[in-house]
Amino acid sequence: MSEFALLTLLIGALGLVALGIGGLVLSRNLFRVVLALALAEAGANLLLVLVGFRQSAWGAIAPIIESGRDAASLTPSMVDPIPQALVLTAIVIGVGVQALALSLAIRAYGAYGTLDMNALRARMETDIDSAAGTQPARCQHAPAGGRPLPPISAGARRADTPGTPA
Amino acid sequence: MAWADLVIVIMVVLVLVAACAALFLKNLLGAAVATALVSLGVSVFFVMLRAPDVALTEAAIGAGLGGLLLALAARRLGLWRIEAQEESEHAGGPAC
Amino acid sequence: MLTRYGTLLFAAGFAFLLFVLFTSQPLGAPPMLAGQALLDEAATTVGAANIVTAVVLAYRGIDTLGELSILFAAATAVGLVLGSAHRTLGAGAPREPGGFILRAGVDFLFPLLLLVGFYIIVHGHLTPGGGFQGGVVLAAAFVLPVLARPTETLSHKAMARVEGLAGGVFILTGLGALAFDRAFLAPLLGPGQLGALLSAGTLPVLYLAVGLKVGAELASLLLRLSEDEADA
Repeated sequence: MSEFALLTLLIGALGLVALGIGGLVLSRNLFRVVLALALAEAGANLLLVLVGFRQSAWGAIAPIIESGRDAASLTPSMVDPIPQALVLTAIVIGVGVQALALSLAIRAYGAYGTLDMNALRARMETDIDSAAGTQPARCQHAPAGGRPLPPISAGARRADTPGTPA
Repeated sequence: MAWADLVIVIMVVLVLVAACAALFLKNLLGAAVATALVSLGVSVFFVMLRAPDVALTEAAIGAGLGGLLLALAARRLGLWRIEAQEESEHAGGPAC
Repeated sequence: MLTRYGTLLFAAGFAFLLFVLFTSQPLGAPPMLAGQALLDEAATTVGAANIVTAVVLAYRGIDTLGELSILFAAATAVGLVLGSAHRTLGAGAPREPGGFILRAGVDFLFPLLLLVGFYIIVHGHLTPGGGFQGGVVLAAAFVLPVLARPTETLSHKAMARVEGLAGGVFILTGLGALAFDRAFLAPLLGPGQLGALLSAGTLPVLYLAVGLKVGAELASLLLRLSEDEADA
């Protein structure tokens, strides 16, 4: 593998991480948040394995000793096994986290009937307010990220909020 | 530029395009499939980086099982039928 | 709006910082002190041809035990969150079984998947693969028939038993090492002949336990998600 190829892989891994972080923060749909998490995770795993890659003049060898070959002659050009073992662990844990996040999203959808985070927050706040028996809080002037309430006139609101990526 | 380099560049571009598709596709089921595709591409990179163990794990768990999990969850969330979500109707803004 | 640009700026800046960090040392030539030491001694002390397996189970066995507990916690939490207690109340019409091709194909695939899964697990210390990968294949083998015929379902109780048994074998093998004055989870029985199926001491036993545990956990997790919704 040439230097150029490794650099391309590095850019790809960092691109995945950046896309994942951006999607994680900017997505409003819970399902897409899970997808963005998976993307960032794949990028981070690629980054870790890339760091453990090394090549000598004879190229690189996977950390597996072929039967019938002398181990001592192979090991000097093998890639690093430690990041690979780490990533092996990380992938398996990642799928567990993904399953847990998806089940929480399913539960939230069952309780509130939507996956949109803003709508979820609004409905939760009205729930909490009604359970506590208090009036919904009123703000003095619209702060950044104000409190949306459920009955919204769709047309009026769409005009002043620029579209965000779904 | 050697042939191997060209293949890697094309693969990286494809993976990044699939990642963008996962984030921007309206159809959430398609987005889930795009995520599985990203995992598959990353597992090819692992093979190139001489990590066959990790590549096998990523292909089986990331692409196979992860894609199945996402598809099952999409079925339970009723996302089969939703083409364009009703997200923008609840767009958050100042309430007063 | 400001949050949006700020986030994009943060993501791009984060990626740029990582890029500078990783290009500051030459790619493809890491210093690799610990890695080289492991590569040099793994073949003689552990006896596993696959050095990644040696790292995962022999040098870092307790870490793998922690990973298994995390997976167990995740599967348990999914079962708790999606609990099936009140599912029987609102269950709608039973789903229809899949078509003929699907059912016949699943019947054909089931033994093949079992074979591949156990092959990958048992050869984990010789070739790429091992308990995690083979466990996923086993989980797929047991979930596919349920997807093809939704009326028949696997019992969660049986899977919990398999999982508990496999976890118990893993921990008992680890504790067995203590009896021989070795560290917890240290491989026993000596390295054996490099490259033979019965080599690397107790590593194959450990990987078999890991494979069964992972397979049972992931299968029960997938079944929970594929079960019909309680309240839709």
